[in-house]
Amino acid sequence: MLTAVAIAVDGLGFAAWLFLSSVGLTLIYGVMRILNIAHGGFYALGAYTAAWAVGLYTQTGSTIALTYLIIPLAALVAGVVSGLLVERGILRFMYGRDEVLMVLVTYAIFLILEDVTKLIWGTDSYVSYQPAYWLGTIDVFGLPYTVYKFLIIAVAIAVGAALYVTLNHTRVGKLLLVVIEDREVSKALGINVTLFFTVTFVIGATLGALGGALTAPEISVVPGIGAEIIVMAFAVIVIGGMGSIGGAMLGALIVGFSRAAFVHLYPPAELFSIYLVMAAVLAVKPYGLFALAESRKI
Amino acid sequence: MTKSFDKTEWGLMVALPVLICLIFVLPAWVVNYVQVSLGTGLVALGVTIQMRAGLVSFGQGLFFCVGGYSAGLAGKFLGISDVFLLLVLGLVSGILISFVLGFLLRRYREIFFAMLSLAVSMILFGLLSSTEELGSTDGFNLPQATYFGWAPEGDTGKTMLYAVTCVVTVIWAIALNRILRSPLGYINEAIRENELRVEYLGTSARQAVHVTYVIAAAVSATGGVLWAMALGHVDPEMTNWTTSGQFVFVSILAGTGNIVAPLIGTFILEIVRVYAVEVSPNTWQMILGTLMLLTIVFLPKGLWSLMNTAKKKTGTVPAAEAVAGE
Repeated sequence: MLTAVAIAVDGLGFAAWLFLSSVGLTLIYGVMRILNIAHGGFYALGAYTAAWAVGLYTQTGSTIALTYLIIPLAALVAGVVSGLLVERGILRFMYGRDEVLMVLVTYAIFLILEDVTKLIWGTDSYVSYQPAYWLGTIDVFGLPYTVYKFLIIAVAIAVGAALYVTLNHTRVGKLLLVVIEDREVSKALGINVTLFFTVTFVIGATLGALGGALTAPEISVVPGIGAEIIVMAFAVIVIGGMGSIGGAMLGALIVGFSRAAFVHLYPPAELFSIYLVMAAVLAVKPYGLFALAESRKI
Repeated sequence: MTKSFDKTEWGLMVALPVLICLIFVLPAWVVNYVQVSLGTGLVALGVTIQMRAGLVSFGQGLFFCVGGYSAGLAGKFLGISDVFLLLVLGLVSGILISFVLGFLLRRYREIFFAMLSLAVSMILFGLLSSTEELGSTDGFNLPQATYFGWAPEGDTGKTMLYAVTCVVTVIWAIALNRILRSPLGYINEAIRENELRVEYLGTSARQAVHVTYVIAAAVSATGGVLWAMALGHVDPEMTNWTTSGQFVFVSILAGTGNIVAPLIGTFILEIVRVYAVEVSPNTWQMILGTLMLLTIVFLPKGLWSLMNTAKKKTGTVPAAEAVAGE
């Protein structure tokens, strides 16, 4: 029973974290057809900025509540600045190129971002446990859990809901769906596709940074976290079907719960359980659960 | 055509004795880098021949690691230290694993192939990192190499291992050059151009991709064995996707035009790395990334295409080349 509760709560926590870290990746792919490996770089930038800002703020000894504003703010700054620089500075010259080539381009950007974080923050680890610590713990059927974990779950649900409402029930969202459906026709209809691309990329980058920023209080931020997250985020979005936000949610839940199950039942397999699940899903549905049918080029 | 040696092959055969003689001329540390980069160069070759078919493998480190670890495991648990036996073992394990995985991967192209090969290599990374019997993330050491019972020590041992590395690399390079000019090589180029038409012409594209995948795995596993023997150590970092990324980097930088390009590219990269890490350790990846962007934008066929532009002026017709990702 205890194990079941632990798997349920941990699974939900993992899923929330995975969804936040991967939704930006699927959004950018869905709109722009770019599998953005630099997403890992945005994640790391967000984590570093948040850990550094929270550290600075804590030293001033001011009121605690504001740190919960600092985290999203740090993500926003990191995401918007780096996202804009990457999109305006590099990617916009590459639109229309082959998808695989774009993977290589974003991989090169990822390498550059890795060193940018090292140049700004050095190679030491940053620890900013305070926001997670101050909220204390809560007992779930006798098992203590940090309240912060539930805060992340709430944020993940809020982000998912916000994206869903924006896409399906606002004018901008519906225009974006048109852009996804057919880039050329929407251009002909007078939609500013370039602007949509820039905004989407910046939002995607900010979401990646937010994933990193929210995780920062729970981990020690070290070089290499970006390389780890990109593989996991890819596994999540490919399970659900790349480009589908609902798919990312489902993928995060599947991966989250199975990883939690492995952690509690068979710990040695934890590190690769994600890819096992992915391989199992793809063996049945080669392009993920919610993948759209695509026409073949003759 | 297939019976005679072409220019590249003659070049390789002439280069072999020169390469081996380097050990008596160059300082030991340079030779060491040559040896190490021949090992990783073979893996880059594996990436390159897949790139000719339009497939970008972001997980070639998997077979690099399979080769290294099968040599390591055979040494650790079976007490085998014979280089030739270890090479065969690495080759066989690489072929077996890639043959099975090929049934999954041959269904995918483009970004899916890239990212799935990456994910598969990360399974092994996770597995090895959490296996304490094999030293987890620290890995373990390999035995000193022997040759049919002969166990040379010190400098003789080093020279011997270096010579074997050179010979094996040249054999593989010639073999792969042959494969590129064989029907399979031409089918691969056709797959890159238009897979559906290949199928209409009555050839199974999936089968060709599968075979190419296995060949690439075999050459990468060989590289893994040679690299591991040269360093005397293996660790899971060999199959981390960041390692695989560097093999892709070499293939992009060198281009897919010639079989020798990735080998030379690897060596240059290795030397640049030595200096870059010394001068400013935190900008090494930034240099890599910038170089890669510049190559993609300005030299989409890699540095080797510069050689062909020079040749064109003298009237020789250059061979067809793959542009990365097309």
